[in-house]
Amino acid sequence: MLTGFGETCLLFILTLVCALPLGLLICFGSISKIKPIRWLMKTIVWIIRGTPLLLQIIVVFYGPGLLFDYPMRSRFIAVLIAFVINYACYFSEIYRGGIESITKGQYEACAVLGMTKVQAFFHVILPQVIKRIIPPMSNEIITLVKDTSLARIIGVIELITVSQQIVNNYVILWPLFYAGAFYLVFNGLLTLLFGFIEKKLNYYKV
Amino acid sequence: MAILEVKGIKKRFGDNEVLKGIDFSLEKGEVIAIIGSSGSGKTTLLRCLNFLEFADEGTISVNGEVLYDGVAESSAKKKLKNDDKRLRKQRLHFGLVFQNFNLFPHKSVMGNLMLAPVLQAKSELSFMERWRFERSDAYASIHEKALSTLARVGLSEKQNSYPCELSGGQQQRVAIARALVMNPDILCFDEPTSALDPELTGEVLKVIRELKDSDTTMIVVTHEMEFARDVADKVIYMAGGVIEEAGTPEEVFGHPKSERTKAFLASRKNAASDEK
Ligand SMILES: Nc1ncnc2c1ncn2[C@@H]1O[C@H](COP(=O)(O)OP(=O)(O)O)[C@@H](O)[C@H]1O
Ligand SMILES: [Mg+2]
Repeated sequence: MLTGFGETCLLFILTLVCALPLGLLICFGSISKIKPIRWLMKTIVWIIRGTPLLLQIIVVFYGPGLLFDYPMRSRFIAVLIAFVINYACYFSEIYRGGIESITKGQYEACAVLGMTKVQAFFHVILPQVIKRIIPPMSNEIITLVKDTSLARIIGVIELITVSQQIVNNYVILWPLFYAGAFYLVFNGLLTLLFGFIEKKLNYYKV
Repeated sequence: MAILEVKGIKKRFGDNEVLKGIDFSLEKGEVIAIIGSSGSGKTTLLRCLNFLEFADEGTISVNGEVLYDGVAESSAKKKLKNDDKRLRKQRLHFGLVFQNFNLFPHKSVMGNLMLAPVLQAKSELSFMERWRFERSDAYASIHEKALSTLARVGLSEKQNSYPCELSGGQQQRVAIARALVMNPDILCFDEPTSALDPELTGEVLKVIRELKDSDTTMIVVTHEMEFARDVADKVIYMAGGVIEEAGTPEEVFGHPKSERTKAFLASRKNAASDEK
């Protein structure tokens, strides 16, 4: 059962580490002034958000083999790629909402003070965006914890897979309880963490 | 020589010609008040001076140097836009105080004042020097400058407050200090008291008066007629994208020549007495 825990945690952490910055990039693309980039990103986000994650995992795992005769060697990598793309798209929409909620006046104040666009973004816009997106982000991240159980569809040995094997082999139910408890504790800790961050950022109001 | 010389500024948004040729000049230490009903193009004019908008035609010169020439560079818009460094340098000739302050809510009062000068100083340093910047003399002098500017607007005791903890009048004074820290040649105000409760306008106008006494060159768009009358050296009345009348406060307020000016002043007088 420990391998199950391990895989689940690893999948969670790697997805976050890759999808948070990738989401920001996709977000820049979807608000870019260059039309083709904007449309491309918007279409990708639309497709990814409009189809089930389960389907995306299957496509990433079997797609390369069927289309290019280049089978995915690692099940784990396949799942990771699907998760990163999926969550990056969701995160990008959250970033976009956050960035668009900052008034034009903030950019103009930076401009008349002689700041570059990059300085304005990192010192004025992004800090305010982070504060605003913490609540929707924490929702999405908690969903991610639970979504990790989807990895079993292509045979990644994550927590639920292991528990179910035990349940089947020994005809006992408690491993599934443990699995449930694990998700609860994991998400409980995350909720506490986000609550803490929100409090930290509460030193100013908007 | 005039510190600012504006000639033939025209600006249109689509079919809407908002500025139809604006000319004026400003001597060092002078204060110009711009009055006019809403929609007459006052904000657009200030935004063109600060390069938040790009005039379609006309020139803007500061200290004899032509900063912007809409005719010669028919693609001046593009040129300036693409030359970010030049654009930023030119913007620093002007400061702008917005109607609704636009302070940085996540920064303390001192943070608001110091952000731009610190970033500017840091951008000229190497990576290692940036690391140690907060212990450098340059940082100390920016800090000192920010503190003394804050004292000028009478908010020394608020240096560690956040904008959300201040009244509107105090926020606007912080915004003025933030603009002053960058040492602009010309400080522009776009209706600095319009977003304030009437009882808070006095403290902001007082700060502007004190700036005049210390010879700050200013362009003030305002609806406060009494204030314009006793602070300004020149008054410009704008209507429908042109300067309808310009002159000393005595000329414009005391003996307006144009019928439109007379009508506008009468309407302001009524509005003012209604308020009272
Ligand atoms: N960015 C813009 N796009 C289109 N029209 C604009 C824009 N900014 C201002 N205008 C128009 O220009 C006119 C003058 O506006 P403004 O300069 O704000 O006047 P004032 O500050 O004197 O009230 C208005 O009719 C306004 O609708
Ligand atoms: Mg205006």
